[in-house]
Amino acid sequence: MTHTALSLRFAAPDVRPGAAPDFSQFQVPVAGEMPRPAIDATPETLRDLAFGMIRVLDDTGQAVGPWADMPDLTDDMRREGLRHMLKLRAYDARMLLAQRQQKPSFYMQHLGEEAVSCAFQRALRPGDMNFPTYRQAGLLIASGYPVKTMMCQVYGNDGDPVRGRQLPVFYSSKEHGFFSISGNLGTQYIQAVGWAMGSAIAGDDKIAAAWIGDGSTAESDFHAAMVFASTYRAPVVLNIVNNQWAISTFQGLARGGAGSFAARGHGFGIPALRVDGNDYLAVLAVARWATERARANLGPTLIEHVTYRAAGHSTSDDPSAYRPSDEDACWPLGDPVLRLKQHLIARGAWSAERHIQAEAEVMAEIAAAQRKAEAIGTLHSGRRPSPAEMFDDVYAEMPPHLRRQRQQAGF
Amino acid sequence: MPCMTMIEAIRDALDVALAQDPEVTVFGQDVGFFGGVFRCTAGLQKKHGETRCFDTPISELGIVGAAIGMASYGLKPVVEIQFADYMYPAYDQIVSEAARLRFRSAGEFTCPMVIRMPTGGGIFGAQTHSQSPEALFTHVAGLKTVVPSNPHDAKGLLLAAIADPDPVIFLEPKRIYNGPFDGHHNRPVTAWRSHPLGEVPEGPYTLPLGQAVIRREGAALTVLAYGTMVHVALAAVQEGGIDAEVIDLRTLLPLDLETITTSVRKTRRCVVLHEATLTSGFGAELAALVQAECFWHLEAPVERVTGWDTPYPHTNEWDYFPGPARVAAACHRVLEVK
Repeated sequence: MTHTALSLRFAAPDVRPGAAPDFSQFQVPVAGEMPRPAIDATPETLRDLAFGMIRVLDDTGQAVGPWADMPDLTDDMRREGLRHMLKLRAYDARMLLAQRQQKPSFYMQHLGEEAVSCAFQRALRPGDMNFPTYRQAGLLIASGYPVKTMMCQVYGNDGDPVRGRQLPVFYSSKEHGFFSISGNLGTQYIQAVGWAMGSAIAGDDKIAAAWIGDGSTAESDFHAAMVFASTYRAPVVLNIVNNQWAISTFQGLARGGAGSFAARGHGFGIPALRVDGNDYLAVLAVARWATERARANLGPTLIEHVTYRAAGHSTSDDPSAYRPSDEDACWPLGDPVLRLKQHLIARGAWSAERHIQAEAEVMAEIAAAQRKAEAIGTLHSGRRPSPAEMFDDVYAEMPPHLRRQRQQAGF
Repeated sequence: MPCMTMIEAIRDALDVALAQDPEVTVFGQDVGFFGGVFRCTAGLQKKHGETRCFDTPISELGIVGAAIGMASYGLKPVVEIQFADYMYPAYDQIVSEAARLRFRSAGEFTCPMVIRMPTGGGIFGAQTHSQSPEALFTHVAGLKTVVPSNPHDAKGLLLAAIADPDPVIFLEPKRIYNGPFDGHHNRPVTAWRSHPLGEVPEGPYTLPLGQAVIRREGAALTVLAYGTMVHVALAAVQEGGIDAEVIDLRTLLPLDLETITTSVRKTRRCVVLHEATLTSGFGAELAALVQAECFWHLEAPVERVTGWDTPYPHTNEWDYFPGPARVAAACHRVLEVK
């Protein structure tokens, strides 16, 4: 009898720092090829959509295929989408610089992922609720949330709506359909399902959108959310943003290579779509399809947005320690801003000159907001929330032991 | 006034809450059609409908996580974890999310919910059907923790917990679901109908959270207890002829410190009881508070009578459970200090 010495596989990305980026294994499907089924199609008939990729914009910037069919989408709306992405990118750039100047303690960029949250938000209605991660600020930008208020949160100054209690970028806005962000990964995914169940129990017409990254799909909360969403057919859109990286670990460690992340939906009977996350129009079309499904009481949809985290994980991270430093430039799905720009130019609705002008306008707008935010304060200077406020909102009413502690502290 | 078991009182409270508030939803494992493994939700689905009372998949984190989302939508979920021993998969959702949501969003999002959990030992439940994890909740800022000791309180406190705007952990000592238990496991089981606190008013009423009650007045020492241990304490001091003041805390957080300190300053001696393990248990908090608030009044060190620092055993249940003999012995030790 022979014995085999057992061993484990330790998954690792194909290339590491020093080597040339290699996306030759990454299949880039042809734009316009995926069918656009009816929103009441059964999950079984949609299987291919979880393994292929819904793409609208082709290499020349033309919007092609059935998912491009959005007759109500005007050039103004397309230009607005471009502006939202430019705004998010400019905001990121200014906050990154501010962090390097030690004005906030921390920041997280969206570089390369701007289309996902900016486009998705346009498929929602007032009253719908996102349960975002820390990398969907485009939901706020595209809903018109004031950039100055976002900066006040990042600085934790006296203009911060959450009173300096949360890390930078952990925004909260009920009015703008943006649920309070938590540092604990995955927790919001099942909460989104519960919120959607609440809406359905109340006989309301509002829907929820859940957000999670590729890495966090490994958390138990992801599984719980899928079971509950499927069991109760909750009106929720379950978004996975697959940006290939979870800090230093590549998406294969969370088993991205085992089928696709979208394919997880089929184990639960949840229709699943895989979309080019750097294609603004594709994300918008898919978001409209899934939100219509939810509003029609047809239940949840799982969407895998395939994109690339072009920047470091956070300002505390140096990606050149674990991946080729020029890998982002080789990403096969390109840059979401440049692709929508090319599309608008191809339609005769934009020009290189107007783009440069728009970038300048957006940057001026962000800089002006930054001056206003910094006039209130930054982490280390200016006005910050009173320490007495630390004791507020732990409970609806302050219990005696907290009142004693506040008095003891002298606040 | 009708007599009820604690199970019936809890069911009645849920029935009242479902009837008077359309935002209340009740769910958990086996809670819906079947009516709960302890019958606490029996008949509620039939009476109030599937959207108000329903079964869930076996996922504690799913139950609590969905309830947090539902509460932030504007409903008032009252969810059940089948045994407190099985709350650990939901602990992240309870601690990181439910407890912190109001604080971290500066009041923009809130979490008015109740998590019911059968707790405690004395039923040969062994390691995973006997735990008393209250200290894991009282250590968490943002949670309220309630432990009733009788049907009358269970209904009033549960209705108060449901009405409360904060997340409440509602621990139900399963050993006293059907009748008071004083720790004398060799004697016949008694029923709630022969106990005055088995009389439960009909319709809605609430008992304030954060308010203890003196179950027995005394002058020689103060015994602090909650849940099943209230009955153990009463039996121990009665049988031992000890002139003890027995306080039923009812709510562990917020704690009724005034009732405690008033009593200890009067009696000058204190014994703290709980089924949970000793080290870093809630008794440590009680002993520290009594020491700090009543230092100049104390005639003896504060004693703690608790479960041993071991996992809850099966066969040796009665060697583990802090019964009346151990309680009486501790009282005598405290009284003997000159």
